Amino acid sequence: MMKRLLGVLSCVVLGFAAPFSVQASEAEIRLEAAPIDVRDAASLQAGARTFVNYCLNCHSASLLRYNRLRDIGLTEQQIKDNLLFTAEKVGEMMNIAMTKKDAADWFGPAPDLTLIARSRGADWLWSYFRGYYRDPNSPTGWNNTVFAGVGMPHVLWELQGDRVLIEDVSKDVAGRAVKDTRGNVIKSVRFETIRRGTLSQAEYDTVVRDLVNFMTWMAEPDQVLRKQVGIWVLFFLAILVALSYALYKEFWKDVH
Amino acid sequence: MAATEKQPITGAGPFNGILTWVDERFPLMATLKEHLTEYYAPKNFNFWYYFGSLALLAFVLQVATGIFLTMHYKPDANLAFASVEYIMRDVPWGWLIRYMHSTGASLFFVCIYLHMFRAMLYGSYRKPRELLWIFGMFIFLCLMAEAFFGYLLPWGQMSYWGAQVIVNLFAAIPVIGPDLAIWIRGDYVVSDATLNRFFAFHVIAIPFVLAGLVAAHLLALHEVGSNSPDGIEIKKNKDPKTGIPLDGIPFHPYYTVKDIFGAAVFMFVFAVIVFFAPEFGGYFLEYNNFVAADPLRTPQHIAPVWYFTPYYSILRSITINFFWIDAKVWGVIAMGVSATIFFLLPWLDRSPAKSIRYRGPIYKTALAVFVVCFLILGYLGTQSVTEGRTLLAQICTVLYFLFFLLMPWYTTIDTCEPEPERVTK
Repeated sequence: MMKRLLGVLSCVVLGFAAPFSVQASEAEIRLEAAPIDVRDAASLQAGARTFVNYCLNCHSASLLRYNRLRDIGLTEQQIKDNLLFTAEKVGEMMNIAMTKKDAADWFGPAPDLTLIARSRGADWLWSYFRGYYRDPNSPTGWNNTVFAGVGMPHVLWELQGDRVLIEDVSKDVAGRAVKDTRGNVIKSVRFETIRRGTLSQAEYDTVVRDLVNFMTWMAEPDQVLRKQVGIWVLFFLAILVALSYALYKEFWKDVH
Repeated sequence: MAATEKQPITGAGPFNGILTWVDERFPLMATLKEHLTEYYAPKNFNFWYYFGSLALLAFVLQVATGIFLTMHYKPDANLAFASVEYIMRDVPWGWLIRYMHSTGASLFFVCIYLHMFRAMLYGSYRKPRELLWIFGMFIFLCLMAEAFFGYLLPWGQMSYWGAQVIVNLFAAIPVIGPDLAIWIRGDYVVSDATLNRFFAFHVIAIPFVLAGLVAAHLLALHEVGSNSPDGIEIKKNKDPKTGIPLDGIPFHPYYTVKDIFGAAVFMFVFAVIVFFAPEFGGYFLEYNNFVAADPLRTPQHIAPVWYFTPYYSILRSITINFFWIDAKVWGVIAMGVSATIFFLLPWLDRSPAKSIRYRGPIYKTALAVFVVCFLILGYLGTQSVTEGRTLLAQICTVLYFLFFLLMPWYTTIDTCEPEPERVTK
């Protein structure tokens, strides 16, 4: 009965069956906290280089201008010499040559990444870039622990190498699979490297951290300024609160 | 207005001359006296009385920041999303103006909800303030319309699909529904036509009506005078010589100076959010709204902004087709009634005491249950649906409506204490 009511609810009341049924059954994905710091200029610059070299061919960052990279400590000349591959002038947006239609025809949509860190979150990106593994059942040969059935192959694979996902089933003394209260087999998941990449695990994590750091900065370039200004505004307002309180008490002395 | 000759203005130093000149041609001093220096308010206003002036401050902030946003925003389905990011990135201090506007919208609702709760605590809607309450309720409804229209403008995924869901509610109305929904959208789906008309409503039509209603609300307040936390009328005890209420103090300077302090505290809280948590955990700016609207891709989870979630929960909680009429229709009706039933409060409340201070345990319990239900419904509206949550929402919905529908009965049988003659602390 309740199932039917729920069906009526999600189909009829909203006109969309998908939002609620999917959300309700969606497994919780555990994300790791991204160890980023958007005030670290060296990390942001390294992240910008990785972004331009590896991402900015299929994905655009169409809401960011190249010369905004001056904010992370680069000069216009440095930007022109090292990063300006897809545009003529540093004042241009970080667009790509491929059209959306071509992308969709060739391999599916490649979303603009300017704001991806605000919609997905830095922790998601950090876990995503470290969640790729080889999967022979997927069309690209790749899958991801955070984004099941991901359409993008592992672009950083040369750096990280090839990994496979090993599922270990917990077994009791008698060798039977241990089940949780809902009757699901308890599994633990780990990666196993089957071919080494050009970087060690620690070096790869640094590359990903810098990339996620850059993408987080790119999503809101004024975020550091915002907090710096905020301190001064609160300082001023604290004084205003104190003064206006004194004024209020002074005027109200004769009200009994 | 008394026919006495106007006196020249003194005490303004070098401005005496110009002020006298103005006053001879405009009721300058008379207006100031009537609404500020000789408007007497009870001397025992407490914390809850800040939120009227704070709501006015929020309104002014929204208008001021809105004007500057309009200078750079493009109400065009192809340009809107990028133009908001243009404001965030390329317009000098544009991010500050935009965050002030998005935070201001939520804090406006915080002020209005607390302002309404104050009226429910102290019976401020009771005679002779029924019309004042009705003007206030129209302000509340206009504010909801204003927020709804404004939320489409950033043209993100939540903007788009939120508008789609709400407009589709009108399609549930029997017979005329589907045509009405097309008429509202100006298209078969939410589109550029919808964005343009919502922009027009958001920046001129609704603010214009709101400003008029605020003026009417204040005029009605100053006609009947402010209620007090004791629910008694200060006009009943006047000084026999001066005719000034014994428990009244002039609004200016006493309450202007007190409200300035309230405004400073409000701005401090406001600044904490604007500068350090503008998304407010996804409640003020939803994460999915940083993805440009895509008419072909429905988000997995569509939730309205927090200030609409109690009514949204009530809408979703109606899952049964009563009398062969679709559950969806009942849901829309229940949602509409839940937001407008407050209009009836002045006539539903039969208690001999106005203020909660002198009301009996039944009303106190009823109000507490109502507030808890309102908060639970608000929380549930942000969450996806499960069987347990739907059941909880249904229980809260029933209690929500019982608070109003049983009020004529339980306020009559409640044991009230006698109201005092004069205001207390």
